[in-house]
Amino acid sequence: MNIFDFFRANKKVSTASVAKERLQIIVAHERGQRSTPDYLPALQKELVEVIRKYVNIESDQVQVALENQGSCSILELNITLPDR
Amino acid sequence: MAKILVVTSGKGGVGKTTTSAAIGTGLALRGHKTVIVDFDVGLRNLDLIMGCERRVVYDFVNVVNGEANLQQALIKDKRLENLYVLAASQTRDKDALTKEGVEKVLMELKETFEYVVCDSPAGIETGAHLAMYFADEAIVVTNPEVSSVRDSDRMLGLLASKSRRAELGEEPIKEHLLLTRYNPERVSKGEMLGVEDVKEILAVTLLGVIPESQAVLKASNQGVPVILDDQSDAGQAYGDAVDRLLGKTVEHRFLDAQKKGFFERLFGGN
Repeated sequence: MNIFDFFRANKKVSTASVAKERLQIIVAHERGQRSTPDYLPALQKELVEVIRKYVNIESDQVQVALENQGSCSILELNITLPDR
Repeated sequence: MAKILVVTSGKGGVGKTTTSAAIGTGLALRGHKTVIVDFDVGLRNLDLIMGCERRVVYDFVNVVNGEANLQQALIKDKRLENLYVLAASQTRDKDALTKEGVEKVLMELKETFEYVVCDSPAGIETGAHLAMYFADEAIVVTNPEVSSVRDSDRMLGLLASKSRRAELGEEPIKEHLLLTRYNPERVSKGEMLGVEDVKEILAVTLLGVIPESQAVLKASNQGVPVILDDQSDAGQAYGDAVDRLLGKTVEHRFLDAQKKGFFERLFGGN
């Protein structure tokens, strides 16, 4: 800081606190992803293939999510069927 | 009982090799027989930082392939009695190391050394994975900067799940955070993440904080591990880190900005 800085408005949020906030969010998000089992993408792919035998759907119309609640895990499957 | 220590980070350029050289040398200075192993096959640099680049005849890959034995490949440090370097191969492809080969060499090193310091390559590919796989303790080198902190968190996740200790269900790898290139002035101005911020995000015990220092470049220019420059701030900070690694309680230094004089405050730019 020098003498001229005293005359400048200096009320911006520090960049370090912006960095900290961004990191806390992304790190928490990535830690959440890390705890999902490795087989989830493969499971999703195979499910899509099975459903495709009967219904014409795109791969992004199936959503697979695993949620951990204490001692039990819930596998949630969400399939959007096309309009008839 | 010999200990395998990995110096890792995920991100490149944060100071892994500087840290491996300094910590390994520090352990030897304190009387422990130590070897520093370069895992960065294809891009070896530990030899330059240690100042033994012209004495590399055989390397890690030669030993793994049985083209040389360990005694031929180990380079004895000219300054310290207890210190050795095992260089990485410069020419071969990066898949030259295998899990079995690395295990064989590390187990043989454990018979003669108290500490085996593994200098990991950047990234999360084979080399980095092999460097940490057999470790007992890990030093995660982090700069106070977003991409480095994020990569360190990723690395901590891998240490906890993809190491031998994790796979065998043994006691997990002991993790240490080493914050390098720390600039207290910028932290006090709110321009750089502080120690507490990084500790809070990563939730790992702090081994040390190495200040951004001109001594690091000076030391690497000359091939002298910076810890041997005991007049420098970085050298002293590494010394403290080694003491903490050995179980001593040492207060953290170099965390606060130097107070500037009146004239410096008035006219001194930044």
